[in-house]
Amino acid sequence: MSNVDPDIYSLSYSQVWSGFKSLLPISSFVVIFGAAFGLAATQTGLDNSSIMLMSSFVFAGASQFATLELWGAQISLIPLIVTVFFINARHLLMGASLYPWLRHLSPIKRYSILLVISDANWALSLQAFNRGESGMGLLFGGGIALWLAWVLGTGLGFYFGNVIHHPALLGLDMVMACFLLAMVVGGQKNLRILIIWAIAACSSLLAYWYLPENSHVVVGALFGGIVGIFWKEKRV
Amino acid sequence: MNLEISTTYPLIIIFIMAVVTLATRWGGVLIMSYVPISDRVQRFINAMSGSVLVALLAPIAVEGDHGARLALLTTLIVMLLLKNPLLAIAAGILAAALFRQYFV
Repeated sequence: MSNVDPDIYSLSYSQVWSGFKSLLPISSFVVIFGAAFGLAATQTGLDNSSIMLMSSFVFAGASQFATLELWGAQISLIPLIVTVFFINARHLLMGASLYPWLRHLSPIKRYSILLVISDANWALSLQAFNRGESGMGLLFGGGIALWLAWVLGTGLGFYFGNVIHHPALLGLDMVMACFLLAMVVGGQKNLRILIIWAIAACSSLLAYWYLPENSHVVVGALFGGIVGIFWKEKRV
Repeated sequence: MNLEISTTYPLIIIFIMAVVTLATRWGGVLIMSYVPISDRVQRFINAMSGSVLVALLAPIAVEGDHGARLALLTTLIVMLLLKNPLLAIAAGILAAALFRQYFV
């Protein structure tokens, strides 16, 4: 990382705006997921303002859906914390993976950007950084686009949630998975990476079957990372 | 010990969720700021970052329905052939939709 453009460590309005626009296509699908959440939360019995607050301040779809599963007359504190933490624990790894670039920003900027880190904007920005381009705008602007889409979708869910009865029939439940797979395939590939991925996939599946719920992403990612430590890349 | 929170006060629950989630968003970078970035750490980060996605996708591919599998397979093939993410994603969604319309 010696001869890189210093621009990749800065964050300008034009970068944020172009990152925002880059994430708009995927954000339009996030609106639909948001609507599905808004509808599900209404059906669980939450009032509209609570649902909006949850989407605005938590902004993590899978953990919000999981919380609805725990929702009753009361909710147990420890299962709530454990569920939310493990579903979102991948953020820890995502943030860590961007640290080599984010460390060049001031702490205020760094932690402000991280408020909106999420799967799609993280994957795109990491890819940009790995190409030697700046991913800051994708991360922050893209994150804002995703956040707005999530909150907007949640609100639409109370009113129009019934319009789409079965998002799965339209394949809409697969949008994020297909997107993330396209990111995986678009990255660098060599025998070392492929074997690391295979180990990550196998350990994730084993964790999925035999370890407590929601631990598989972290387990798979850590195993992949550990293999990476011991298997050095050939210097070209 | 089993602390229960009444859902008549959803704000407390939302606050807890928000704090826990924020801790995950900030925690990774916070921890890394105390870890010197050696070659080992760099290799760990590189290998781990792709593995996050693979680990997320593996159970969807194995435990999902045929529609989900077909969607991922289509995305994979189109992405390898055409290297165009938007086309690959669209093809994957379409594959799942068509399969589920006609075969489920």
